[in-house]
This record gives sequence, C-alpha cells and structure tokens, in this order.
Amino acid sequence: MRIRKANDLKWSDVTPKALYVNRRQFLAVAPFMAAAAAEALSPDEARAQGGLPKLDAKKSPLSTTEPMTPYKSVTTYNNYYEFGIDKGDPAEYAKSLKTRPWTVTIDGAVKAGGKFAIDDLIKPYQLEERIYRHRCVEGWSIVVPWIGFPLGDLLKKVQPTEKAKFVEFTTLNDASQMPGVRRPVLNWPYTEGLRLDEAMHRLTLLTVGLYGEVLPNQNGAPLRLVVPWKYGFKSIKSIVRIRLVESQPHTAWNDSAPQEYGFYSNVNPTVDHPRWSQATERRIGDFFKRKTLMFNGYDEVASMYGGMDLKKNF
Amino acid sequence: MNSKRQRFLIKSVVFLIALSPACWLAYAAFTENLGANPIQAITWETGVWTLRFVAATLAITPLRRLTGWNWLIKCRRMLGLFAFFYGTLHFFTWSWLDQFFDWNGMVKDVLKRPYITVGFTAFVLMIPLALTSTTGWIRRLGGKRWNRLHQLIYVTAILGVIHYYWLVKADTQRPIRYGVIIGILLLARLVYTMRQKPAPARAAIVQPS
Repeated sequence: MRIRKANDLKWSDVTPKALYVNRRQFLAVAPFMAAAAAEALSPDEARAQGGLPKLDAKKSPLSTTEPMTPYKSVTTYNNYYEFGIDKGDPAEYAKSLKTRPWTVTIDGAVKAGGKFAIDDLIKPYQLEERIYRHRCVEGWSIVVPWIGFPLGDLLKKVQPTEKAKFVEFTTLNDASQMPGVRRPVLNWPYTEGLRLDEAMHRLTLLTVGLYGEVLPNQNGAPLRLVVPWKYGFKSIKSIVRIRLVESQPHTAWNDSAPQEYGFYSNVNPTVDHPRWSQATERRIGDFFKRKTLMFNGYDEVASMYGGMDLKKNF
Repeated sequence: MNSKRQRFLIKSVVFLIALSPACWLAYAAFTENLGANPIQAITWETGVWTLRFVAATLAITPLRRLTGWNWLIKCRRMLGLFAFFYGTLHFFTWSWLDQFFDWNGMVKDVLKRPYITVGFTAFVLMIPLALTSTTGWIRRLGGKRWNRLHQLIYVTAILGVIHYYWLVKADTQRPIRYGVIIGILLLARLVYTMRQKPAPARAAIVQPS
C-alpha cells in the first residue's frame, strides 16, 4: 500500500471550504440529499455500468482524487443539441448514431494528414485514464474518468507546418442520424477550436472512453475532445475533422452569441457570463453549491495566458 | 351551471388538477426521478407552471366572452392563486436551494442580472393580487379600482415571458411559444376593449348644420 506523504497532496485534494465549513448543515439536510443526489456507486461498480466494450487504460498522475460523478448522471445529463435540447434527449435519441465505420480527416497545415479510420487512428497510442473535472458554462460540473491519449501526440505525428497556429475541430452533421440538426439552434456542423499551444498541452485529451468503457453515444462517441480548464462546450463531441489553420477558427457558440461565449472560454470565476454569474457551480450530486476555481483548478495552464487580459479574451 | 353543488364540484376538480403538478414534482423529487440535477429540474418546472397558470388565468375572460359561460369566472381566482402558489415555489427554490438565503447575494442578483430583475418583479407584482383576491377586497376597493389593480397580471405575464427568454442559452423556441400565447390572450382583451369604445366622430357628423 502506498502511504501518501504530505507533499503528495495537491490543492485539488483539499475539501472545498464551503463544504468543510457547512459540514454540519450538510448532515442536517441529509434527507434532502437523498432526494437531491443521484445514486452514488463505488468507482469499480460504476465502471461496469454501460455494458459497452471495455478499454484498457493506464492510470495517470494528472487525475484528480475528487469523487467521481455517478455513471448514470454522466450519461443521462448531457448537452448535445444535435440530439435534442433537453438534458435527457441525447441519452434517449443518440442510439441512432452510427459510430462505425468512422473516418477522421486530418488536414490543413500538416505534412502527414489524411483520412483515417478511427481504429487505425488511435491504435498507436497508449490509452490513459484521466479523471478530470468538467465544468459547464451553465453552472454545473461533474468529475469524469475519461479514457484517451494526449491530442499533442497525434498532432506531432501529423507534423504541423509553420503555418499552423490553431486547430479547428468539426462534429458530424448528419440529419438522418441526428434529429436535432433539423432545427438551427446552432449553426451546424458544430465546430470548435484551440490555439496550437492549448492543443499541444499535456492535459488536452483526445477521448475515446469513460468509466473503463467505450464512450456512450450521448457523450460524444466515438471520438471527442476533453479540455478540462475550459467550459464544457469547448470539449467537442463526435469529431470527424481536425484541421490545422492559420487564423482563429469559428466556434459554434461564439458564432451564436459572440458577447456571451468567447473563443478561449477558460473557466474563470471573475468573468461572469453577461446574464449569470460564474462565481459558483453546482457539482452534480451535491446539495450545496461550491466556489468555481480559476481554470477549473488546473493552474498549470495559467502560463499559456500570461499577459493576456482574460476579461477581454473571455 | 348555477347550483351550489355544481360550483363546488367544478372548483374541487379544478383545484385537484391544479395541485397535481406540485404533487408530481414532490413525488419525483423524493423518488430520485428528477435526473442528475434535481434542483435545476424543480426550478424549471415551478417556473413553467407559474407561466402556464398565469396564461390560464388570462384565458378565462376571453373564453367567457366567446362562450357566454359566466361560471368560468368562478375558477379565475383559483387559477390566479395557483399561479401565485407556483410563483412562490419557484421563488423559494431560487432563494433557498440556489442562493441558500444569502440575502446579500440575492439583492445583488436582482439588481445585476436583468433576467432575475424581471422575474423578481413579475413575482412581487403578484403579491398584492393574491392579497386582494377575495370578494371582501372587491367590495373594499370598489369594482373599478380592484379591476385596475388586477390589471397588474398583464405586466406579470409579459415580464414572466421576458424572464424565460433571457435565461435560455439558445433554445428560444419555448419562451417564444409562451410569448405568442400570452400575446394572443392580451390582444384578445385589447380588441374587445377597443370595440367597446363609442365613436365620437360619428356623433359630430350627425349634427344638423
């Protein structure tokens, strides 16, 4: 058994002050917690939940030790408007998504791009399990054991040229599989983008699974991005194209409401959404709200934004 | 439709039907059937039921004028009070489960977040209406003044729709739908009121020279 020493502990291990200070109220409202919280399984019980093909992944030191959100919540509370705008819609309607055969096009300012069958694309890489916090712009958050590999490894392989400054991602846009795209709630196809250094950062995960299994459709199968220090809508789902580009790409939410959703969208409790505060969040399963952390607690990304006005570049 | 027994029956049925969303919500909450974010679900449900009952209340008079069913007016007070009931639940869900009675934070929110400003105003305007909903108050204020006061429901209805529209991320279809329904109900009243006005110009022309 590995005995943890004091210097093993990270800030992410610290019980949030709000929870600690309110621990007695916490107990007093326990009956409400039963109503408010979804059933919590042990991580191992939760891992066998989906009945989907299992994935072998090595553990990562970049994982948080915060309690994971129950599998049921992670897979039935989703924003995936291509399958409907209610939180339960993706779980209900995403069955129509065909995840094989699946081709990912990697093009743009690269030397070794091409069209890849997804299984060939991910074969060379060792899968890791990264337990990340995931914070939605709406003000709720979850902790998910994602399975994937660093996007940076793939990008290095396709050899970006000097022209490559940003990475643009595109989601599948197919009305026959995705009933929600018949409504122009957003401009389809859904696109997202990262600055090249953000894409190359070791935290940025090209993701193929969660909770020890392949991704369920509603979570962005078969391939999605996870960028844990940004609001969840930047973690684009069901990727069909990765393009290296020179200028900042269009992103779906920024196109939809540029004054509300910026290109960077770093989790930032000091920069409010124009219509609501971002200072606190509801961790799914918790009764009390908690303070939102700068960069969602992933302080190591701060160096990428040194000197940037994060209120302007929200 | 005039017997006391029939009136009691109708009001009881309406009462039970109007209470059922709240009963369902409480049941769903305690059997953990509200999904991963139950507090958000409760907030949303109590909000839309407030809007629905406001709309139902506004629909009574146009319906009565169309059908001649005067007994409908007996249900209007109950529907209005249920709108206030759901509005109160919605307000308490926000002030307790979302804000944990942080009065400072709530005042700041009401002043700073426009969608909360209009929502809070819509709710506050219902309070005098709920308090003066009895026949005793109609007598005390006199019919004309009472009617004037209760026209505040028009403001609540409009602010309620704006509140909903300003809080959705991108799906404006639902708030717009409520806006259209309430717009039609208010338009119906406007049209009726305009039809009731005498035409002064005609009287002048009729004067012999």
